[in-house]
Order: sequence, then C-alpha cells, then structure tokens
Amino acid sequence: MADPNAGALLALTGISKAYGGVQALADVDFASRAGSIHAVLGENGAGKSTLIKIISGVVVPDTGLIHFDGAPAKFQTPQDANAVGIVSVFQELSIIPDLSVADNISITRPPRRFGLIDHRAQRRRAEELLAEVGCEDINPLTLVRDLPLSRRQMVEIAKALGRSPKLLILDEATSALTSADVERVYGILKRLRQAGLSLLYISHRMHEIEALADTVSVFRNGRHVETFPAGTRTGEEVVQMMIGRDVSNVFPAKPVRTVAPEPVLEVDRLSWTDRLSDISFTAARGEIVGLGGLDGQGQRELLLALFGVMRGVEGTIRVEGKPARLAGPSAATARRIALIPEDRKTEGLMLPMSIADNISLTALGRMSRGLVIDRAEERRRIGEMVDALKIKVGSVDDPVATLSGGNQQKVVIAKWLLTEARILLLNDPTRGIDVGTKEEIYRLLRRLADAGTTILLYSTDYEELIGLCDRVLILYGGRIVRVLEGEEITETNIVASAFNLPVGEAAAGAEAARP
Amino acid sequence: MNDLRIRLSQNIGPMLALALFLVIYVTYSVMHPRGFSVDLYVQNSNEVTSLVLLAMAQTLPVLLGGIDLSVGSLMTLVNALASELVDGSPAEIILGMVACALVGAAGGLLNGLIVVYGRLQPIVVTLATGAIFSGIALFIRPTPGGRVDGDLNWVATNAIAELPATYGWWDSGEEPVWFGLVSGIPMPVVIVLAVVVLVWLPFRNSETGRAVYAVGSNEAGAYMSGVEVDRAKLAAYTLGGFFAGLSGLYFAIQTGSGNADPIQAGTYTLNSIAAVVIGGTSMMGGSGGVIGSIFGVMVLRSITFLFRVVDADSAVGFLANPLLQPMFEGLILLFAVSLGAARVMRMKNQLQIFR
Amino acid sequence: MDMSRIGNGRPTIDKPLLFAGGFILVILLVGTVYTLATQGTATLLSPTYLVLQLKVAAFLGLVASGMMLVVLLGHIDLSVPWTMAASAMLATAVGGAAAIPVGLAVGLLIGIVNGIGVAYLRVPSMIFTLGVNVVLRGLMVMLTGGFSPSSQPTDLMLLLAKGEVLGIPGPVIIWALLGVSVAFLLNRTRLGRYIYATGNREAAVYLSGIDTRLVLVATFALCSLFASISGMLLAGYSSKAFQAMGDPYLLPAIAAVVIGGTSILGGSGRYLGTVVGTLLIVLLQSVLSVMQMPEAGRQIIYGVVIIAMLLAYGRGARLRL
Repeated sequence: MADPNAGALLALTGISKAYGGVQALADVDFASRAGSIHAVLGENGAGKSTLIKIISGVVVPDTGLIHFDGAPAKFQTPQDANAVGIVSVFQELSIIPDLSVADNISITRPPRRFGLIDHRAQRRRAEELLAEVGCEDINPLTLVRDLPLSRRQMVEIAKALGRSPKLLILDEATSALTSADVERVYGILKRLRQAGLSLLYISHRMHEIEALADTVSVFRNGRHVETFPAGTRTGEEVVQMMIGRDVSNVFPAKPVRTVAPEPVLEVDRLSWTDRLSDISFTAARGEIVGLGGLDGQGQRELLLALFGVMRGVEGTIRVEGKPARLAGPSAATARRIALIPEDRKTEGLMLPMSIADNISLTALGRMSRGLVIDRAEERRRIGEMVDALKIKVGSVDDPVATLSGGNQQKVVIAKWLLTEARILLLNDPTRGIDVGTKEEIYRLLRRLADAGTTILLYSTDYEELIGLCDRVLILYGGRIVRVLEGEEITETNIVASAFNLPVGEAAAGAEAARP
Repeated sequence: MNDLRIRLSQNIGPMLALALFLVIYVTYSVMHPRGFSVDLYVQNSNEVTSLVLLAMAQTLPVLLGGIDLSVGSLMTLVNALASELVDGSPAEIILGMVACALVGAAGGLLNGLIVVYGRLQPIVVTLATGAIFSGIALFIRPTPGGRVDGDLNWVATNAIAELPATYGWWDSGEEPVWFGLVSGIPMPVVIVLAVVVLVWLPFRNSETGRAVYAVGSNEAGAYMSGVEVDRAKLAAYTLGGFFAGLSGLYFAIQTGSGNADPIQAGTYTLNSIAAVVIGGTSMMGGSGGVIGSIFGVMVLRSITFLFRVVDADSAVGFLANPLLQPMFEGLILLFAVSLGAARVMRMKNQLQIFR
Repeated sequence: MDMSRIGNGRPTIDKPLLFAGGFILVILLVGTVYTLATQGTATLLSPTYLVLQLKVAAFLGLVASGMMLVVLLGHIDLSVPWTMAASAMLATAVGGAAAIPVGLAVGLLIGIVNGIGVAYLRVPSMIFTLGVNVVLRGLMVMLTGGFSPSSQPTDLMLLLAKGEVLGIPGPVIIWALLGVSVAFLLNRTRLGRYIYATGNREAAVYLSGIDTRLVLVATFALCSLFASISGMLLAGYSSKAFQAMGDPYLLPAIAAVVIGGTSILGGSGRYLGTVVGTLLIVLLQSVLSVMQMPEAGRQIIYGVVIIAMLLAYGRGARLRL
C-alpha cells in the first residue's frame, strides 16, 4: 500500500490512551473516507468506544495525531469536534430528558432572534429533521422523558443530522430501535453515504454490518487488527479476528440425562404489565435454562420478576414445590434465589468499596453472631471464594473498581455463591468480559449445575445459549414462543424463533443473520 | 390544542401552586374586613417580596440539581450594605442600588467558582460561604440600624400611584388617563414583574439559560452534546446571587434600615427552599423555574395571612396563634413533597426507585 | 479518582485526620502564642481549659455522631435542632423517672418518621427533614404556649450533665461511651456495613437481597436518638429546656462531619474523623473568642476554614466519561 491515508476524511496515527493502568488504545492507526459506511467491530473492551470518544472530542488521547479533512486537528472538547463537522450518536447518552424534543435537537447553536432562542424557528427545524428520519408523529414540544426508548434514539439521530455532519459516528445506534425504525435508519444512512458523508458504524449485530457497511475494521485489546472491504472475509474469520483465536471448545460438555430431574422452579401463567404475559415453564435441578430472543422481549423483566423486583406480578411461582410470594429481593434471597444483574457497575457492586466488602455483603448474616460480624469467619469465607473463582486480586481490601470487568463479574458471582443459592438468575453475565474469563464463567456455571443449582441464563450472545444451555426458551413480545431442546438448539432455530417465524420458512433469513 | 395540552402537563407543578394560592387568598380576602382593597394588596405584597426574590435566587442552584444554603446570608449581607449605601443624592442612591445588586451577583459567582473549580458539593460550599457572608454582614453592620432613603422606601412599598406623586412627574397636576388604570397596582408587584420580564425570561430563553436546565437534567449528556457546562453553572450561581442581592436590597428599602441577623438569614434560606419545592421545581434539577417559586412563596405566605384573620374565639381559634404559622408552612411543605410518593408507589419496577 | 472515597474509608494515609488534627494543633499554638503575649500564661494548654472544651464539644459531638450516620447514607437530617429541643422540652415537661425515657421515645419517633419519609415516600431527605423540623417547632410552640409546662430538668438529667467521675464531666463520659458504640456499629456490625454499602450504591444493596428501606429508617432513628440525648444533656447543662436550644448545633454538626472526611455524597468516612472535626470546630470557636475576635471575624474564619479543609481533601472526581 502506498499511503493508506490518501483521500481519507479522517486519519488517526499512533493514537494511545490509558485509563489508570489499563491501556484502552495502543498505537492505533485508523482512517475513514468520505462516501463510505465504515463498520467498527470488536468485543466489549476492544477499544471501540474509546476510539469514538477520541474522534468526537469527549476524551483526549495520550499520544498520537488526528488529521481531519487534510488538516491536523486537536479536539479538547466535544465542541471542537462538532465545529469541524464530526457528530456522534451515542446510545441514549447525550439526550436531555427534561428538555423538549425541539430543545434537544437544537441544544447548541439554536436559531436566534434578538439574541434569544427563536422557539418558532427551532420548532420548524425540529419538524423538518424529524420528518427526515421519518418521525413526523413526534410533537417537538414533548419532553424527551415522555418518549419511549426507541423514539428517543430517533431524536438523537435527528439531532445529529441537524448538525450537518461530515463524519457521523453511530455507536450502537440501532440497538434500542423497533425493526421499522431500523429499516428507516438504514435508508437514511445509505442516502447520507450517497451524499458523500463518512459514517462510522459501531454495532454488535453481524447482519447489520452485512447489510450496511462497505468497509470493516476489527479491533481487539485496544489494537487495530485489520481493515478490509466488506464481504471479503467469512464470518468465522471475522470472529476469530475479534477474539484472537479459535472459537470452538470454549463450552464444557453438556450432561446426558436419562431420567428427568425434579423441577425446582415452576412458573405458571406469570404476567406483568404489558411486558410479560402468560409465561409458564419449569426449570429442574441441575439444569441450565437459557432465555433467548431479540433483545428487549421481556427476558430482563422475567428475571427481575423472579427475583421479586417487580410489583403487580400475576400468576404463581413455586420454588422446590412450595408457592413463593416474592415481595422483594430480600424475600427471594431467603428462598435462596440469586440474581446476577444486568449492569454490574450500578446494580451489582459498590465500586469504591473493597473487594472483601462486596463479596461478603449478601451473606453477612451467615457470618455474624447476632448483629456482630465474625471477622475471622468473614475473612476465611472471602478467601475461599477468591481462590475458588480464581479472582485475580492484589489484596481483597483494594476497591473493587480496580479490577478488570471479568474479575468484577466474578466478585458479583462470589457474592451469591456465599449464600449457597439454589436458583441462579443471570442477566447477560458475560457482557464486556474477556474471552478467557468467559470460559471460566461457563465452566463454573456448568459445575454449579452439576452440583444441583438451577440456572436461568439470559444472554444476547447466541453462542452462549447454544453452547451452554440444556434448554432455551425463546421470548417474543413478552411471551414464550418456542422451547428449544437438545439438538434443536441451533443458531438457525434461535434466530427463526426470535423473529417469531416458523422454523423452516425463516431459514433464509437466519442464514443472512449468520456472519 | 395538542400543543396546549403538552404545555399544561409540563407546568402542572406551578399551576397547582397557583391554584392553591388563589383558594387560600380568596378565602382570606373574604374573611378580611378590608378584603379586595388596594390597601390590603399593597400590605400583603410588601410582606412577600423579599422572600419572593430570595426564592427566585434559590431556584437557580436547585435547577442545576444543587442547593444554596447561603442565599439568606447573602441577602443579609446586601441588606447591611444597602443600609450604608442607599441614601443621599439621587445619583448616590442609584449607584448604591447598583452596587448592592453587583455584590449579590459577586457572592453568587464566588459560590459558583468554588463549586465548579473546587469540585466541592454545593451544600457544603454554601454552608461555609453562608458563614462568611454572615460574618461580612456583621462586620458592615454590627448593630441593627443605618438608613435608607425615605422617598425610595415610600415609593417601593406603596401602590404605583405614589411613584409620580413622590417624584413630581406630572407637573401639570393631571395624570395621564392610562395611568389611572394601573395606579392601584402595588409597587412590589411591579418590581417582581420587572425582574421576571427583564431578567428571568431573557435568561430562560437564552442558550445559557437552557444549558442550566440541560446540566441539571443530565450533566454528562449535556457535556457530550457540546453544552458549555461550567459556564452554565457559573451563570446560574451568579444570577442566583443577583436575585439574592435584590432581595436584600428590597428588604433594606422596605424596613428602611439594615440588620445583620444570622438567625433571620437561616429562616429565610429554609423558607426559600420550601417555596422552591412547593412551586414545583425538582430537587433533582432540570425542571421547574422561578415563576413556580414565586407562587410557592405566595402559598406559604398566604397561609400566614389566612390564620391572622381566624377568629381567636372560634373553635379553630388556636390557629390564630402567630407562632403556629411555621407548623402549617411545614405541613404544606411535607404534603407537597409527599405527593411525589404516589409516583413512587406506582412504579411497577422497583429498581426505578433508585434511579 | 478521589482516594479518600476508596476502600470503605480505610485509605493508607488518612488525609482528613492528618489535616484536621494538624489544624487543631495550629489553633492551639496560635492561641497559646496569643495568651503568652497578652497575659503571659498558656491558658489553652491547661487541663482545666481542655476538659472544659471537651465538655462543650460533647453536645456537638453527640449530634455529629448521629448526623454522620445519616450523611454516610448520602442523606442529611435538618430536623436535628428541633429534635433536640422537642426531646428536652417534653422530657422536662413530663419530669420524674419517666423524663429520660420520654425524651428518648420522642427522638425515636421523629427518626422513624424521617426514615419513612425518605425510605418509603422517597422524598429527598433535605426537604423532608426540613419540613419535620418546622412542624416540630410549631408543635412545641403550641404545647408551651398553651400549657406552659415545666422546663426544669430532672435530677438525673442534672447529674448526667453536670456530674463528674474522676474529674471527667458526665457529658464527656457519655460521648465517649456512645462514640465507641458508633465506631463499633460502623466497623463490626451488619448494620454498619449496610450503611456504608447503601451510601455507595443503594440499588446494588437492594439487589443483594437487603431491605435498604429498613437500613434507612434505622439510621434516621439512630440519628434522632443521638440528637435527643444531646438535647436532654444540654437541658441539664443549661438547667432548662428552651425553644431555640438546638438551632446552633445543626450547621456545625454537618461541618464537623464533612471536615472529618465523611463524603457528603455518602459511602465513606471514619468515625474518628467526626470526633476530630467536632474538636476542631469547638476549639476554633473557643480560641477565637479567647482572642477576642468579634463575631463577624469568627464567622468569616469559620467559613474559610471549612472551605480550605475541603479543598485540601474533599474534592470530587472530575467528570469522567
């Protein structure tokens, strides 16, 4: 190659960024050209989000150069990047809930009259931009807080278009959208490419990239692995690039059962608001039951309902044969149910507190005499857990915030293992975790199941459902639409059921979704 | 029509406060022997104006999601200062008033600078600067006293009719016809309206003013969207200080003297917070506004008025005890904030309670 | 990252203790230089003076102890002044053997009301406790206005407040005992751990199967209990219960807690810090008055010291994305 940056709209050379001791990006060269949709791929923690934050001026790199439109650029703040025409659509991050849609769209540089915001012009502008993204139905006066999630995301996109970008960054921009909106967004993006914009597209959905991108870049561990024209690599190859080695054999073998084990968790006609309806299933001792389907079909709500978080749940839940009235997580804990929540940083851990304090929190009652904590016992139990789960710690008195994502998740799991939970509910537990730790968690879950724990696992990663689960319940619109068992658990079947299509018909669509 | 409904639903807090005020005040006026008279309006509006301005001052930090425990002390400081400066020739008086407003703004700016660049929590910063402001006030005015121009006091605390009369504007002795229509409006109402129209509304509709709401609603999101976060915070605290300065200035003009009383400062601060909450501004920041806070003060004070006219010999005579006023103000405050509990109780997903 | 917020308030070098402790020495030094220069004596270093300061500090120290617990949760209790006054006034009004139990019960009740407002109704604590304070004031005014009950402390209250054991004043002994209990509560009991955890991230504690609402109610109840104990002692010390007796304690108590290194956002802080913060504030006020500093100067120095201390070690993290 002569000059890889020739004709590039944006060119990064030698960009590095470290947070504390963690190298988020290491010596990255990257370029994108006008009139292109450029997909950026990588696992969580691969450095994609740091990359786009640097490009959009949210964080300043430690070293390296940025060239934009042929000229050197230095972005200290998002305003700097905005000024040259770099605009980002962050996943729900930059929306202001208490302001109206029109205010949000023109949050900076609003139309003015006599130095003040010209509300009438601002409203017209909002209407135009909303029409451009096909959301004429949104009244610009509505507070963003009052809009459903998918509409908020469309407002974000309208806001970005309103800044007349040359380079538009979309970070997981479609994850919250309804399928109709996704189609609309695809149309818009292709039109923008035609108009000569450079689009950076970050997504986890392979089929989206297949449908949209003309160029693909893969990142791993803070490094830029390779950039290639879309369609020149197979899906397997791309995945290997992302994780750095072969994908097979990461899952432990599933046991073969001859007799059905006794049911531990029996759910009968469970309903909650309009998000869950008529959910009935059982999970047996030692079984790993997966929850699958498209994201946002009620899987999270189901786990929370089983943990007593939801109010107004109808139907019955039986634990080990006895009806359970779960008024709250404390009641669920008493029935030896455990939940590994969706967001470990805000729901699973007290980040500034020590590893030890985090591990022992839930089980303090088991290591106390009366109200007084038996500290020797506490230390002993914590030590056992750190060893058993191979949590890599300097000292258990260090803040849990200093651990890597994978080790943080192990702390959350350790917390619950100390309670000797019988039923383990996991909400996408391997998100943002490195592959090595993922494998450890898979083996741990199988070990726990073999020891008699009942596991209910929601995962956005089909591979996990296929590799780990004895049965998979596919949810669609808050209902169980299909139960896959044994050999039936294949990607094709999962995808087909996820769209609530009969298995045979959807085969073609499922193939398209396969990388 | 749809637009109107949206706007109404977005301003439900201030409207509830206004409705509550109207109910209480009309009841009071009916019971009062001089009810519905210019005299009574003038008297009542004099009693609320200082707190109205102070509640406006408190609103701005609260919109940011913070709080200002120093507004009362800053008001007292400016009050003490005004008792030294606002007297003498017309030029001296005007300069003195300008100085008072500027000192208020400077005090607010000081709070803002420490919060923004010191990265400290507003509650502890303003707790400390409150002590400093009180100290300076005591330094300026160790004992109550001082003097404020008498004409100014007369004009500022009466109906608008007294303005031309005092300064002899209509030399020919006949006032214009249009003036007859407005001459009954109490001067404090004119002052507050002027501050709202000339200062608050332009600010609210400026980019910086909107940035204050944006920062209070979602600071990280505002930053990512390219909003000047630090500038918005400094502007909010400074404008708050300016309003607190006006409050101290009016208090001096109204009482004709200065008094650096830290206890009174504390009471005013607490009442200003109560008024902001009753007026529908969210303590979490991002929604509300000074107009609601004005109604909040009017609700608080009209309760006081109402209990003044209760017949001491009647069955509810104990209500007439002036010492009981604070309790009812407190109950109204508790009632107003507990209304939000209904929303909490309705949350089907209990995790949302912690957001 | 702000190191003082890390590790459950057990950093290797405790900056708050270092700074506040050092500043106490500075105060004593400056005051002693002053007395040596003007009177030729080192009054401030005499045991009598120091014991007297401890005694004065005990009332604030008790209030600050309770306040600290609430602040650790990330909340605040502005009803402390009238909790003190109401407990003392009702205790003296009842009189006799029931006086102290009645006072404690009043404190407990107020705390539970505060806790319910904050934990169940989810009203911001600053607003709810502010309202409770105002309502309490109204109730007390109504009571004393209507019935003018006795405001004489009982013999036991007098004994506790004015008595001595081996030269150590009663309030100091009570402060020491209860202080040790608070330290024990925070470091060794489940409730203590739950308080720190809830102050850090209530959602995570809730999802760990702990009813955080009960933690909140219990903590607010403890805070009010401490205020009522302080109020009754103060009534004994002043030989009467009176209306505004608690007012001078609110802001210094908050100041003592934050100067002692407890984060106003909750989740971290050590009890010893609160003790040192209390001593700092009491000594600062006392030495300034020994030095005949007028009230104006005292207020200004007081405010500047709080800000300077916090700028030295209480700064928050930069907005990081």
